Amino acid sequence: MSARIFGSAIRRREDPRLLTGTGTFTDDISLPGMVYAAMLRSPHAHARIKRIDTTRAKGAPGVLAVYTGADTAGVLKPMPCAWLIPNSNLKVAEYPVMARDVVHYVGDVVAVVVAKTAYQAFDAVEQIDVDYTPLDAVVDPQKAAASGAVQLHESAPGNVAFHWTVAGGDTDAAFKKADVVVKDRIVQQRLIPTAMETRSAVAQWTAASGELTLWNTTQNPHIVRFIGSIVTGVPEDKLRVVAPEVGGGFGSKIPQYPGEFLTAFAAMKLNRPVKWTETRSENFVATTHGRDHVQEVEMAGTRDGRITGVRATVWAGMGAYLSAAAPGIPTILHGLMLSGPYQIPAVHEDVYGMYTNTTPVEAYRGAGRPEATYMLERLIDRFAQAVGKDPVEVRRTNLIPPFTNGHTVSTGLAYDSGNYSAALDKALSHIGYPALRKEQETLRKQGRYLGIGVTTYVEICGLGPSQVAGAVGFQGGLWESAIVRFHPSGKVNVFIGTKPHGQGEETTFAQIVSDELGVDVNDIKVVHGDTDKTPMGWGTYGSRTTAVGGAALVLAVRKIKDKAKALAAHLLEASVEDMDYADGRFFVKGAPAKAKTIQDIALMANVAWNMPAGMEAGLEASSFYDPPNFVYPFGAHVAVVEVEPDTGRVVLKRYVAVDDCGPQINPMIVEGQVHGGVVQGIGQALWEEAVYDDRGQLLTGSLMDYAIPRADLLPDIEVLSTVTPSPHHPLGVKGIGEAGTIASTCTVYNAVIDALRPLGVNEVPMPLKPERVWHAVRAARKGA
Amino acid sequence: MVVSVSVSVNGQPYKDQLEPRLLLVHYLRDHLGLTGTKIACDTSQCGACTVLLDGVAVKSCTCLAVQADGAAVTTIEGLAAPGTLHPIQEAFWNKHGLQCGFCTPGMVFATHELLRQNPNPSADAIRHGLEGNLCRCTGYQNIVRAVQTAAAAMGGRR
Repeated sequence: MSARIFGSAIRRREDPRLLTGTGTFTDDISLPGMVYAAMLRSPHAHARIKRIDTTRAKGAPGVLAVYTGADTAGVLKPMPCAWLIPNSNLKVAEYPVMARDVVHYVGDVVAVVVAKTAYQAFDAVEQIDVDYTPLDAVVDPQKAAASGAVQLHESAPGNVAFHWTVAGGDTDAAFKKADVVVKDRIVQQRLIPTAMETRSAVAQWTAASGELTLWNTTQNPHIVRFIGSIVTGVPEDKLRVVAPEVGGGFGSKIPQYPGEFLTAFAAMKLNRPVKWTETRSENFVATTHGRDHVQEVEMAGTRDGRITGVRATVWAGMGAYLSAAAPGIPTILHGLMLSGPYQIPAVHEDVYGMYTNTTPVEAYRGAGRPEATYMLERLIDRFAQAVGKDPVEVRRTNLIPPFTNGHTVSTGLAYDSGNYSAALDKALSHIGYPALRKEQETLRKQGRYLGIGVTTYVEICGLGPSQVAGAVGFQGGLWESAIVRFHPSGKVNVFIGTKPHGQGEETTFAQIVSDELGVDVNDIKVVHGDTDKTPMGWGTYGSRTTAVGGAALVLAVRKIKDKAKALAAHLLEASVEDMDYADGRFFVKGAPAKAKTIQDIALMANVAWNMPAGMEAGLEASSFYDPPNFVYPFGAHVAVVEVEPDTGRVVLKRYVAVDDCGPQINPMIVEGQVHGGVVQGIGQALWEEAVYDDRGQLLTGSLMDYAIPRADLLPDIEVLSTVTPSPHHPLGVKGIGEAGTIASTCTVYNAVIDALRPLGVNEVPMPLKPERVWHAVRAARKGA
Repeated sequence: MVVSVSVSVNGQPYKDQLEPRLLLVHYLRDHLGLTGTKIACDTSQCGACTVLLDGVAVKSCTCLAVQADGAAVTTIEGLAAPGTLHPIQEAFWNKHGLQCGFCTPGMVFATHELLRQNPNPSADAIRHGLEGNLCRCTGYQNIVRAVQTAAAAMGGRR
């Protein structure tokens, strides 16, 4: 028997087309008669529209049409919010596809031009005259809550979109009795996801049949169809949504946007195909942002290092409107993870979702969990310092002991399985923690500042049980489905409802099928991203594609295996109970020489010449999998940095990631996810920051100003793992897409603060740019 | 106003009347249908649009189509014969040097240029050599491995 395909680091099956430029992304699509749309976006963060004059634009060369909010009013419905968190006094302000009276952020769509060429469309956008009366703007979520702050929406007094609370245990008593209380005020700066592919849409309308096809850059085409039918009025059966190759998303391609539906609107009005593609500058203001929390947090504990309570108030910036999933992110995906991998008996958090005159905030890789992990890991380092203990020792004291089948924490969640101390041990032993601390001491004597940051984390993903989704206000299900179809030749098509866009499921899902049925992975094609071809599914986000969609797939494959076994028994004139299976062959127990291969069975099932009584023809199965619980990957990360106090420069010297996502289908792909995830989190710690001025102008509106990580700024990430299966998943697997990002920001931050502590520096606002570090060191030196 | 431009792309000669302001990347994508070359920024930071112009890597969003008059352009579609892969492409495949694949054509040509200038680069030289190309998925680590693998496979050939 050859090496098991499950667990093999095989090359990706999607790569040859991507390597040769033959994969088709949305902007690569051209249709006969296609014309081009461009958007005029508000240059003001908050303004009243006095007048829009499109006369000049309409007369510009090549222009076919110019539309404003007056044209779409009553035709396109407002953008719906799809996560209506309960018990939070949620106020969903109307989110129109085009602003008519008031613009609420720089980037709000004011008009759309359609022209014969893209250049003509951009030229004509410049010819639209809009008179605005600028209004005051508010960009900081905490300031938006202050009395006297400018108000965005009449329907949301005080700019409060919602106020949500989570509590477990007696926090007041914990803080009253505490030996030690440490506090922090954390600004989780706003980030810009910056997928390399900007958003794009191509819409084709067939008036005769009333059918609309919408190609677009989405992580969840079935949700786009669902929401798209509501916004455009095209019935779901006549609306085909295709997500072709998608060039990264990181959460920003979960929500639906006005741009896609305005493209569809134009195609329907003009009765010809229309394409719209964002420029990068447009992407910076028009595609959702992430994070943007102000957190006031405190931790209570005993002198011997035991944590007894955590309390937090969070002001979460939502931007000008509630993006589709936005309210669930700082609440369900954040507040419920307040105790992390630690035994903390009492927790309490208030979250205020705030409207501000900024681009709407959505999920960004990790979505809520990085903000929770960061909060907790910062507090623990402060607490360790306060009680005079090594931060690793404090973590050890408080970690939940190993468990294999359920552990309920004070927020009410039941984690599935975990062995947190094993991950921590592995990370520390790999990096040589005691020796590193000694080296740190030695270097300090030489005036060099080495810092070590250690994080232990757990995260919630594999979203999720649909009943829970309903209970927390998610306006959809969170199950997944798969169809497995054997062709007469024994080749296989797999159709899935999720939408891989870089995560490699065309390979890992083929490995799942191959592992179960012995079919060569090269004989299995995974089809995704087209609502006319694939079964319903809720999409790729929240590290759920393998955790939920992979489970649906394996259950469908097992149905096929049962049928194949019954058919083989019939062909071998044996009873099913006497049948055995190994390596793609079905045979009577003890007689492996006389076997029917899965390919034999596929042929017979398809030609159906000799089927058992009552058995249907064909070899195909579908499955719907609704997970009984979330999955909870975890791990331990360690960063080593050196900080130059005289320049403020931070050099990341080593980074060790130990992650546990259960059994790994393809370790090469897991490692790639960890690399990318860790680096995105490092980006937040060291470089990335969306900066608005007080008037709501985005100052970091290009790749010249918004610093995403570059190759020359990073060390190799040392990737290790432990394996703790999920007890409820049919393959035991958990998600790995976001783990790196969730753990790495606080790990690097804590390392830098650890380096600077002898200089009297205990905090520096993120990102830790040299200038900020230098100022913090200088201020501390002056103070001393 | 239009200007006459003669250019060879992937070995195929073209003669077109083009607007002088037309960027090379738009000429390749929209006029010739060679959509393998990607656009990911407006400011020449990302390198997704990198192609070879007379054998030298250029960001085709920073180059007018008229500037390519008389030149030979190689795009990702023309780097290797159909059905085959250049050693750089093969190395990116072997080392998982791509995830979403959007930056990949540009990364492949940035690698081509790097190895043309330095056939046996150190890991550090690779990281510096690729600083003009952005990738949001991979964290660059497997791209560095891919470039090392390609360098070894090409055996110091330029």
